[in-house]
Amino acid sequence: MAMNAVSPIVGPYRTAFGPDGDPPAHITVRGLCKEFQGDVIYQDFNLDIPRGKFSSIFGPNGCGKSTLINLISGLIPLDRGTILFGGKTLSETRIGYVFQNYREALFPWMSAFDNIRYALKLRKVPEPEATERVNRLVSRLGVKLDLTRYPYGMSGGQQQLVSIMRALVVEPEVLFLDEPFSALDYEMTLFMREQLQKIFEETGTTMVLVSHDLEEAVYLADYVLLLSRRPARIADFPHVPMARPRNDLTLADTGFVELKSHCLRIFQREVHR
Amino acid sequence: MTTLSRFDRYLPLVGVVGMIVVWYIGYWMRIVDPVLLPSPDATFAALWKGMTGGRLLYDFTQTVIRTFTAIAVASAIAIPLGIVLGSSERLYRSVEFVIDFFRSTPASAMFPLFLVIFGVGNATKIYVASFGAALVILFNVAYGVMNARKTRILAARVMGASRWQVMKDVVLMESLPQTFVGLRNGVSLALVIVVVAEMFIGSVDGLGFRVFEAQQLFDMPDMYAAIFAAGALGYGLNILFLLIEKSFVHWSGK
Repeated sequence: MAMNAVSPIVGPYRTAFGPDGDPPAHITVRGLCKEFQGDVIYQDFNLDIPRGKFSSIFGPNGCGKSTLINLISGLIPLDRGTILFGGKTLSETRIGYVFQNYREALFPWMSAFDNIRYALKLRKVPEPEATERVNRLVSRLGVKLDLTRYPYGMSGGQQQLVSIMRALVVEPEVLFLDEPFSALDYEMTLFMREQLQKIFEETGTTMVLVSHDLEEAVYLADYVLLLSRRPARIADFPHVPMARPRNDLTLADTGFVELKSHCLRIFQREVHR
Repeated sequence: MTTLSRFDRYLPLVGVVGMIVVWYIGYWMRIVDPVLLPSPDATFAALWKGMTGGRLLYDFTQTVIRTFTAIAVASAIAIPLGIVLGSSERLYRSVEFVIDFFRSTPASAMFPLFLVIFGVGNATKIYVASFGAALVILFNVAYGVMNARKTRILAARVMGASRWQVMKDVVLMESLPQTFVGLRNGVSLALVIVVVAEMFIGSVDGLGFRVFEAQQLFDMPDMYAAIFAAGALGYGLNILFLLIEKSFVHWSGK
């Protein structure tokens, strides 16, 4: 099995997932190097992202949070290194990606429904089956939206929900989310967090979220990947053990608050380093 | 946008009525020689008579046919070419100067050259108008393709779209609003060139010819009527292309 070809990471962070390599790694990043206009962003970077878990990425501005998921999802090419998904290459893997800027990520010439179905069309799913699958996803997520509308006629939150559904409809093995709620107002952000949490519990898909909001990053995550200033290293990768579904009470939970301030300390240490 | 009140909707009429009032005053007070400025009613009577079965209608139709033929020829060449040039920024940059140069050259200055090449027939007028319009369309299509939102292209690519699918499903659609801007500017320019060309030697019909002939015959009501007909045509073409644009690219500007 190709999976065995991935060498284990030496050092403390692999064990952060728990004893005996549980949960197993889904995405393995080895020897990742990326320079951007002479700036070294990643230098021999190694990372395991656990399968079926929600990982958040948090770190100082410009440390390469979004760059990391863009490299993993193939949106930008790597200079060096290997990234595998359970031993498979990117082209053998179904991934979903949700952009920060939903306005520029959805296709305004298609209705919301067709936007979602387009992802299946690209996977060569015949149209009747594609329609059926979109309908199934809609009822499974309990989404109450008029999907015959065009994206520009919808609110920001609705558009981002359509974006997420477009990414989910192909039943991706991994879902990447690049600051998906940062263009939404606070009320909508809170609502969308709950939606995303529900979707995660519902699908159990491996999710990787880039966030600039520490509370959001910890609240949604099973594991919080804290990055240093560039060239980025893993500053910490703590487990968030709070039970799901999480709610407002979780935010006030002592364990949660402690973990959050632990992350904040690491973050500040890295910022001022 | 503020909602207009019931009366505000009629605000555009103020300018029209104002213009006619000033015109009447000028006419009655003999500010302008009545030979040069006929009364509004004489002008509109000539316009009405000409457009309802008169010669003006025929000339109007000829100009419309030429303008549409010109824009069709221009689109057939410029849209595919614009897509090809726009899909490679380096390719476009290498021909940009030539396009910009000829786009800035008044197409009317090319008319004598076209006369030499194509002769004094109908085709010359159409080709010179096509030439002007094609460069405007080409420029807009190429920019529409080049300025396709990167995020949308990435979104399609991350969903597994091939280069061809990205081109066909995303970039082409992305360039449509700009393409329509080009078509709208192109048709205005084509009309200008057609009307100018119709004033040249060898013309026997068209609005330009009508204006020119009425002027030669000192038939001022007819000349003004032809000018108004040309104005109405230009305005109408713009509205027509705006309507097509609205129904084709409903997402434009949203």
